[in-house]
Amino acid sequence: MAAIRPAGEFDTSYARDMAAIRRPWQWGLLFAFILALYTLPFYASQSLVSLVNRIGITIIAVQGLNLLTGYTGQISLGQAAFMTTGGYISALLVNNLGWPFFAALPVAALGAGIVGLVFGLPSLRVKGFYLVMATLAAQFIIPWFTRNAFHKVLNGAQGLNVQVPVLFGLEFNSPQRYIYITLTVLILSTMVAHNASRSRLGRAFVAIRDNDLAAEVLGVNLFKYKLQAFFLAAVYAGLAGALAAHNIRHLNSETFNLTDSVFYLGMLVVGGLGSSLGPIFGAIVVEGLIEGATLFGPFFISLFPSTAAGAVQALRPLFFGVALMLFLIFEPRGLAHRWYLLKAAWRLRPFSY
Amino acid sequence: MNWQLVPQFAITGLLAGGPIALTALGLVLIFKSSYIFNFAQGQLLLMGALITWWLSVERGLPLWAAILLAIILSALLGLAIERLALRPMTGQPLLSIILMTLALSQVLQGLALLLFGGAQRNFPQIFSAANPYRLTTPFVFNDKSIVVILKQNLTWSFVVAVLGVLVIGAFFRFTRTGLAMRGTSEDHELAQSMGLRVHRIFGLSWALAGVVATVGGILLATSSGLDLSLSVVVLAAFPAVLLGGLESIPGTIVGGLIIGLSQGLVAASRASIVRNAAEIMPYVVLLIVLIFRPEGLFGQKRIERI
Repeated sequence: MAAIRPAGEFDTSYARDMAAIRRPWQWGLLFAFILALYTLPFYASQSLVSLVNRIGITIIAVQGLNLLTGYTGQISLGQAAFMTTGGYISALLVNNLGWPFFAALPVAALGAGIVGLVFGLPSLRVKGFYLVMATLAAQFIIPWFTRNAFHKVLNGAQGLNVQVPVLFGLEFNSPQRYIYITLTVLILSTMVAHNASRSRLGRAFVAIRDNDLAAEVLGVNLFKYKLQAFFLAAVYAGLAGALAAHNIRHLNSETFNLTDSVFYLGMLVVGGLGSSLGPIFGAIVVEGLIEGATLFGPFFISLFPSTAAGAVQALRPLFFGVALMLFLIFEPRGLAHRWYLLKAAWRLRPFSY
Repeated sequence: MNWQLVPQFAITGLLAGGPIALTALGLVLIFKSSYIFNFAQGQLLLMGALITWWLSVERGLPLWAAILLAIILSALLGLAIERLALRPMTGQPLLSIILMTLALSQVLQGLALLLFGGAQRNFPQIFSAANPYRLTTPFVFNDKSIVVILKQNLTWSFVVAVLGVLVIGAFFRFTRTGLAMRGTSEDHELAQSMGLRVHRIFGLSWALAGVVATVGGILLATSSGLDLSLSVVVLAAFPAVLLGGLESIPGTIVGGLIIGLSQGLVAASRASIVRNAAEIMPYVVLLIVLIFRPEGLFGQKRIERI
């Protein structure tokens, strides 16, 4: 995203023009922030660490969806199904074949990517609602497969118990330890997603989103780039699914469900489509809302006594739905857009342009 | 295949297709007038059934009054949704509109749980559960002709559902308002310049969709009980809509029946893995439709120009 800068400030080299991070103090802030995240287990409470852990995994999944829906404009309700795929592949490799987790993770991502390719095939023929339906089919067929096929290996509806990742004898068996894996994968995958969006690939994606026929006429290979978008989205989902499965140490066909897919799309809109910051903002805000629903639950039980235990489950979709509706009506470009406006205002101060 | 069971399962499947067709009709009503694919239709259905239950069981109204009142309330709910949620979305990209209806589905699901609770309820029986109809089929197995048992509530749900689709179809075909709605679906701007109140027609189609959803919800609740999972019937209705064609009202019957029949036939299989496939059968049909005939059986093929 081209930043609005005050008049008279020019880039003097190509490298400077292309830099993602433009100022030395920005590098400093970035490293301070990353350092603060990595040292989180030393000063934050366990519940906060496990929340950050969960948000990190969610961001990876939404980052992948952003490549597919935000940049390429192909709406997908199948992200959670690809997470299921990645989770199962990684769990089976670690549990049954004794692979180390860090070898199983890339294979899980790749496997999910290939399944994503298969369900991305209809995108060549259909779009809009029809494509949503095709991805919705993935959301039903993949969990059904894990419930009913190869009962001896996949253990049907009960699912699998997933082992803890081990590296050089160190067991990642608590959120305080697991967060290191999550953060590392998160930072790497966000870098890849951000750079992919600035490259030839990302420009082709945006061309397809804005008008796929026009893009094809201009020589963008729709077949290749749409499938690449589906592949990338599913790879990210596979990574997130494998990470989540080894984090919660249990996996069945309902661990990642249709509601999750809807929530990921919602996070994307709340955060801002087509921006690497969007998934980060969106996941934090929506997960924050879900936490809020858990906190407000007891208060609402006193207001609606008929619900009792259901109040928390009721508030979650309610808060999310209302927030998403408000964003769609009042700020469809999401929080990332507000953030850019804020940064521009700061840079141009005291003038307005 | 367990041939002895096939006629029974086929008929039961067809009967189950009735409510699917009615749900699909709600989707087509909204899509036809405003090009919005309503992902919240299942939750509208759930709301309608819950309101009817609340009025008749909790408030003690006679059943006919409860149903009438619930139909009026759900029409108002449809109007409110159109006015508050969908009208600000006019002219927005497809993604925003899809997400708006998804957000609506979450809000309604949450509201249903908050207001009515998540327990399984006994819905008042409209059609008697005893004395199923027996139908002797011409098929013979082991020298005995196969008798098909038709549950009364399933049969009458089916009849009401098909009647509902026919009534709405006739309304579209023969009334002035129906003509206006068909005109709006052709081109919004053109319709407006011809003096049609396009927004009023959107509101009307949402209200009608709410009514249809309530009727569908009541029918489903009488035959399969009432809890929050009632809204999942819409997941079988999506494929039915695409199979029949997104703009086609007769298509909803055909689509609904084919989906119901395919589920019934698969359930008659001997192999457990095939039998279990009944739940994903709608989506297998959907993928076949998307690959070979994306516009559905009776839909319009769209030609795109830059």
